[in-house]
Amino acid sequence: MNVLAFLIPVSLILGGLGLAAFIWTIRSGQYGDPEGDAARILMDDTPPDARD
Amino acid sequence: MSDAAACPACNTAPAALRVAEMAAPNMTLSVPDVHCAACIGTIERGLAQVAGIDAARVNLTQKRVALHTALGVDQIVDHLARLGYRAFPLDADVIASETDPEARDLALRLGVAGFAMMNVMLLSVAVWSGAADATRDLFHLISAAIAVPVVGFSGQPFFKSAWSALSVRRLNMDVPISLAILLATCMSVYESLNGGHHAYFDAGLSLTFFLLIGRFLDHRTRASARSAARELAALETRTAERLDGQGRAITVPITELGVGDVILVPTGARTPVDGVLRGTHALTDRSFLTGESRPVTTAQGDALSAGEINLGPPFHLRATSVGEDTTLRRMARLVEGAENARNRYTSLADRAAQVYAPAVHLLALLAFVAWVVISGDVRFALNVAIAVLIITCPCALGLAVPAVSTAAIGKLYELGFLVKSGTALERLAEVDGVIFDKTGTVTLPGVAEGVSALPERERGIALALTQSSTHPVSRAVQLALESALPRPVACVYEVTGEGVHGRFGGEDVFLGRGESGLVLRIGAETFPLLQDESLRPGAVEAVSELAGLGLSTTLLTGDTHERTAQVAAALGIEDVAAEISPDAKHYLVEARREAGHLSAMVGDGLNDTAALAAAHASIAPSSAMDASRNAADIVLLRDGLDSLPRLVRIARAATRLSQQNFAIATAYNAVAVPIALLGYATPLIAALAMSVSSITVLLNALRVRSTR
Repeated sequence: MNVLAFLIPVSLILGGLGLAAFIWTIRSGQYGDPEGDAARILMDDTPPDARD
Repeated sequence: MSDAAACPACNTAPAALRVAEMAAPNMTLSVPDVHCAACIGTIERGLAQVAGIDAARVNLTQKRVALHTALGVDQIVDHLARLGYRAFPLDADVIASETDPEARDLALRLGVAGFAMMNVMLLSVAVWSGAADATRDLFHLISAAIAVPVVGFSGQPFFKSAWSALSVRRLNMDVPISLAILLATCMSVYESLNGGHHAYFDAGLSLTFFLLIGRFLDHRTRASARSAARELAALETRTAERLDGQGRAITVPITELGVGDVILVPTGARTPVDGVLRGTHALTDRSFLTGESRPVTTAQGDALSAGEINLGPPFHLRATSVGEDTTLRRMARLVEGAENARNRYTSLADRAAQVYAPAVHLLALLAFVAWVVISGDVRFALNVAIAVLIITCPCALGLAVPAVSTAAIGKLYELGFLVKSGTALERLAEVDGVIFDKTGTVTLPGVAEGVSALPERERGIALALTQSSTHPVSRAVQLALESALPRPVACVYEVTGEGVHGRFGGEDVFLGRGESGLVLRIGAETFPLLQDESLRPGAVEAVSELAGLGLSTTLLTGDTHERTAQVAAALGIEDVAAEISPDAKHYLVEARREAGHLSAMVGDGLNDTAALAAAHASIAPSSAMDASRNAADIVLLRDGLDSLPRLVRIARAATRLSQQNFAIATAYNAVAVPIALLGYATPLIAALAMSVSSITVLLNALRVRSTR
């Protein structure tokens, strides 16, 4: 049963990491333009301001 | 640049970061024609080469471009036009709605609740599989440590709503929800601390999670409809040409106009304010006010209202009332009264809540009292009462309506309908008749009849002349001449307010205003082009299909009896009322309601606005006046009326599915509540009943998308 003392915190931390990642995606506005982001991945050109 | 192009996927991460790095955009334009990755590339690359634009980013979902630039709006619109895209500047308040803080807030609470629910569920599995004594207590305490703060954070939207309802002594759906969540959590904490067998942390959290999904869907649908409606409003003309002391025309925003200003109204533009005419005479289209489709001639000193379209040469107008005082705005305010009445409509969910909430509370209370009497064990009786509250908690009810309306509104958007009001579909499903406005709604101004009578050579000349003009009449002629081949017409020039001149085969040719209306003149020969009204595409089919759905159809118009009768005959509408004033339209709708008939109104003019607001449900085409679109529940974004019957069918299907969802939820309760009442409910049964009923309801809601 002592293994629980490790496993429970580990599972909570892993879940917490997922939650933190989700919160980060909300904060950085990654749900603002789902269609545009889906299309951008197909563009084989450099972004305009990354050229030169 | 070659190294970056080697792996397109590698570019997306920097691209995502650039969103954050980009200085806050100071200008947003609507670009309706953007539809693919190539468009994004063309616009962003094209604008990046313009000096004065620091950054530009296309949002494909919202079809917008956000810019950080020192240039003016007009220059940006020009640059985009050169790239081949129409662009419309958006209002500042529309931009403000882009980062919707409320949606983010709900998503955050949803994410936190989902995380906590999954973890507590896993911990509960150990308890369900037979953990006892110290182990069970440990798992309960860990669950409590996760659940209590999460319920406090994620449940806030429900607590706030319940509190605001209770503080005005009313019950809404959030009262039993809040009560169930709070009681379940508090009781579970007490049980955990005292080594009890049952803790309902997982139930409390999954309730919060599923209900937040419903709340989030509801919010997102409404927010997107709202912002799209505001975007349409933002496309309206917002500037006017004001003459300064020297007689030069300067473009200023409408809000800056004052009484006494002299304003130039170009051909084809709308008058921005109420005013008196300063020229000798003017020819305007006043159909939005009177419904009369013929142009009106005004003499010097006569009054003109804001919103009239100048069909003749440019004229000067001295403003007599501006901004909120114009006829247009005053009428819009009159409409608000009628709208408020409609906002008091009780939705299906609210009606269900009014029955459900007291019943649930009563049932839980009865269970508590009965078990105290039978067993004398207050703690056990409380457990039973809470189990009843959790199981009956309207999880499916909270999801039933939002899930269906989200699916239906999404489907309707694909079909070209913008649903502005949350209860619009429910109300539309209840109507037994559809009232159509004539001018601008079932008919469009056209010239097809006169043009199609022209011989081949004349058709070619007319097409060549109209191609060089942007006047609305020219465009109508052009549309009617689709099949013709243009002839080589030389020296084409347009005289504003008169027509287009040119030379063909040594003869002068002209298309424009003659003594008897629109004419085509070739040398000495004159061909009159009758201006008529053409039916909106799909109008005939829509009317006959609506009749097939059991709806009566009525045609209301301010136009003459004679012309209305023709249109009505073409459409197959028998119930016709012509030469009706705007007030009378409104009273006819009211009279029908008093006779026990609920009607849907389809109209576009300002003269229809009061009727649109008074009707049980209302639809306006996107070509309608700002005020009419605001008054309508649903805006039709396409030209044709052919999808109108489908709108009615989807509205009916949505209402039917909402009712089915209520029935499904009730069926689950019918099984689970007796178990709870008898004291056999365990947290496992509560979790099962809740999850399965919520998922069934969600899946059932998706069926609305397959409505034909």
